[in-house]
Amino acid sequence: MSENLEPLKPKDLGINDVEFYEVEQTPPVGFFGSLKGFWVTFSTMFKKPLTVEYPEVKAPTAERFHGRHQLNRHPDGLEKCIGCELCAWACPADAIYVEGETNTEENRMSPGERYGKVYQINYLRCVFCGLCIEACPTRALTMTNEYELADDTRAKLIFEKQDLLAPLRQGMLMPPHPMYPDMNDTNYYNGDVKQSHPSQEGK
Amino acid sequence: MTTEVVDMITVVIDGFEVTVPKGTLVIRAAEQLGIQIPRFCDHPLLDPVGACRQCLVDIEINGRAFPKPQASCTIPVETGMIVKTQLTSTVAEKAQRGVMELLLVNHPLDCPVCDKGGECPLQNQAMSTGQGSTRFEGVKRVFEKPINISSQVLLDRERCVLCARCTRFSEQIASDPFITLNERGALQQVGIYENKPFESYFSGNTVQICPVGALTGAAYRFRARPFDLVSTPSACEHCASGCDMRTDVRRGKTLRRLAGDDASVNEEWNCDKGRWAFKYVTAVDRLKTPMVRNASGVLEEASWPEALAVAAAGLKAAKSAVLVGGRATYEDAYGYSKFARVALATNDIDFRSRISSDEEREFLAARVVGSSTTYRDIDKADQVLLVGFEPEEESPIVFLRINKQFRKRALKVVSIGSKESIGVEKLKAEFVKVAPGQEASAIAAQSLTSKSVILVGERAAESTGVLSAVAALADATGAKIAWIPRRAGERGALEAGAIGNLLPGGRPVTDAAARVDIAAFWNTDSLPSEIGRNTSQIIEAVHSGKIGALVVGGVDPLDGDNSSATLAALDKAFVVSLEIAPSAVTERADVVLPVAAVTEKSGSFLNWEGRPRAFDAAVSDSLNRSDLRILSMIAEEMGSSLNLGTVTAAIKEIASIGKWDGARVSLNKVNASSQPALTAEQALITSWRRLLDLGTLQQGEENLAGTARRTVAVISPKRAQALGVVDGDQLKISTTQGSVTLSALVENIHDDAVWAPRNSRGSQLLVNLGVAHGAVVTVVKA
Repeated sequence: MSENLEPLKPKDLGINDVEFYEVEQTPPVGFFGSLKGFWVTFSTMFKKPLTVEYPEVKAPTAERFHGRHQLNRHPDGLEKCIGCELCAWACPADAIYVEGETNTEENRMSPGERYGKVYQINYLRCVFCGLCIEACPTRALTMTNEYELADDTRAKLIFEKQDLLAPLRQGMLMPPHPMYPDMNDTNYYNGDVKQSHPSQEGK
Repeated sequence: MTTEVVDMITVVIDGFEVTVPKGTLVIRAAEQLGIQIPRFCDHPLLDPVGACRQCLVDIEINGRAFPKPQASCTIPVETGMIVKTQLTSTVAEKAQRGVMELLLVNHPLDCPVCDKGGECPLQNQAMSTGQGSTRFEGVKRVFEKPINISSQVLLDRERCVLCARCTRFSEQIASDPFITLNERGALQQVGIYENKPFESYFSGNTVQICPVGALTGAAYRFRARPFDLVSTPSACEHCASGCDMRTDVRRGKTLRRLAGDDASVNEEWNCDKGRWAFKYVTAVDRLKTPMVRNASGVLEEASWPEALAVAAAGLKAAKSAVLVGGRATYEDAYGYSKFARVALATNDIDFRSRISSDEEREFLAARVVGSSTTYRDIDKADQVLLVGFEPEEESPIVFLRINKQFRKRALKVVSIGSKESIGVEKLKAEFVKVAPGQEASAIAAQSLTSKSVILVGERAAESTGVLSAVAALADATGAKIAWIPRRAGERGALEAGAIGNLLPGGRPVTDAAARVDIAAFWNTDSLPSEIGRNTSQIIEAVHSGKIGALVVGGVDPLDGDNSSATLAALDKAFVVSLEIAPSAVTERADVVLPVAAVTEKSGSFLNWEGRPRAFDAAVSDSLNRSDLRILSMIAEEMGSSLNLGTVTAAIKEIASIGKWDGARVSLNKVNASSQPALTAEQALITSWRRLLDLGTLQQGEENLAGTARRTVAVISPKRAQALGVVDGDQLKISTTQGSVTLSALVENIHDDAVWAPRNSRGSQLLVNLGVAHGAVVTVVKA
């Protein structure tokens, strides 16, 4: 074996030392042969088209399409975001900016001690990778299927908290308002709060 | 100097030999090899306690192994010791993993909302030595959270790992044992005494050394994550201690400051003022554009060229003087000094915008400028004498250093004053009680040696003869003198010659050789040769018309003892004001030029030792200019050249000038004045500024102000009896100018004296009474 490992020098190699394989060439296809290729194009003319007349017609995306983000709410309307900045930390494009703030009895935006006072996503930077969604410890940040994210100025593409927050649904109250009576933040995370309580209103 | 002989011991750690001094702890010896043993309670500046058990290692000595893993933070090295850490011993590794699991049993999973998240030793070490999952299936212990243990420190008991760093710091370093570990077992927790909040001047350090997020600062709570912050090494601008600091900025806004690590100055500590008082830069309405007073007497915004032209014309038209406050950086002070001599051709410059005397000026020129007494001298001193100086209130790191030596070797401390302070009590100092103004005689009676250190505060200038007596005592005994002003810039301003009798580098104005020296460096033909006026003489000269224009930089007219005359002088003269925010000077200025705050510029301070404390701009994109640059521009406009466009240029020029090695100014002895006669209702006022008070640089920080000491008027038991006053009664202190009414406190104070804080809420003596030390006031029950 070992003697075979000695590399060959260029001068040792003649043109006849290199092995050639003969490859069989197929003959020309002829007239009907060419038509065979056009058949694919021809047959497609009779199929149902996949394209739609966007923007008049909007086809639904795949179920897990990564579109615009949404900041979710607890069933009583309090925000899920705690301003922890883990999304900003995870973001590979540095597209998210968060500032936290303390919840007070008079101004409670989320259960627990902390909420996100400033929340911005810069869609000029966002690459829709979804790492922020994975990082979020409270499932506050998820992605919607909305993909129409074009605008005419750069400033408009920096989405603020109010642009990202989920709308109020049935049974939700607009924060700030107190937590559900006799519930703490752990109850909220465990899903014990199903809707708002009358006592949370008007405070 | 003798070198200390230390026994060295060689031990084997993880198969590597290391030789360390006798007494070194195993965990430190391992550090020298680069072996990191996980730990929480261990701190190099605190006594070992072995509370957290995280640093367990396998140890054998001369072939005999300990039966169980040992805490490496409590065991000193011994000859023949073989240590196996988690890297080589499975037993140690398993033990550490077990301890970590136990520590995490009750630790809440609230890292997302915890301020420590991202810079947390527990997080990091749970990753390095912990395991991915827990076997604990019970319910975690819960506590109410957070609780305020003072207005600025919040305690989250759930997160605490009971390492006792905070309680040991408070007891061993600050001597403020206001927090302790209560209860036992799983319910053990850090707590404060009933009715006694954690009102220590050093409480911020416990937040910094907490290895988990159990102690957090109210001001920084939920403000940022470590990865948001841009950190800049900086120096503290609050006092002359000269702490090394780290400034953390997020998007151009300072969010927190931490104590830096400088073993020869602040070790790893700082005071709460240095840590938390930084909002003054953003809290107040900053001056943004230059302003010029128009013909109808209203300040109007102006362009820079316009404002500079008006300033230059006004300064050229009349004889001018310079008043620069004690907060200017070394380089800025040098700029003012050079500006006065070169552009204004005068020695009328004084950085002492406070109560000062000519005796002090001579003392500074004769004894202080160029001298180098250091923290090391305090470490080695056989006795420390405090004259007109309250270390805890006026230079807290000096207090910590004295306290360290007091705790270590019962360093003898003598304090000469009229009222015994909390700091003096903590140091168990011998308190020499004298009537305000009569300190000089007590100083002469002190017996010191050549290893003693005399710490003289700026308040020594408030009694005549004190500084002469200090100098005489030092001459007689060989003791070292250290002058410790309150403000960070005073020593630098002194060295830069921002005073009437000195040129830069401590060169006497009266010395022809010194003048030639400096004139050569500055490329001028000659320099003024008479000693310049001091602050009060400058004010008088304005009133008498001898001076028509003033350059005022960073001066609060209410800091001096004759504030109404100062304000009237500012009204009368043509004033060019260099300030960061509107002040009483701005209202009276003819040209207002906005300057950069400390965080926005680079530069340095000289601390009381004369040690340079350089810092870089923490907020790098500021458009504000330093005083130095603006003075250069005014000088340019006036037709003379300072050549000081940048801080670097100033540093180079200062370095090339160097220190004076010629003859010093001699000190003329000043005799103490005799004590005025007092009636029963009269007393001599004495006061000092507290660390936390109404100072300009503490604006906008309510949490910090919450731990300020209570404003009281202190009288002696004898006077209290005569007035029929007990603790808590209202006392009225009055002069012809005005009065203050404060709650009384009966304490150890000279019978002829009454004490009140100089600049605290409800007690601004210089404004309310016009006097602060040694003057006769009337004290009655209100």
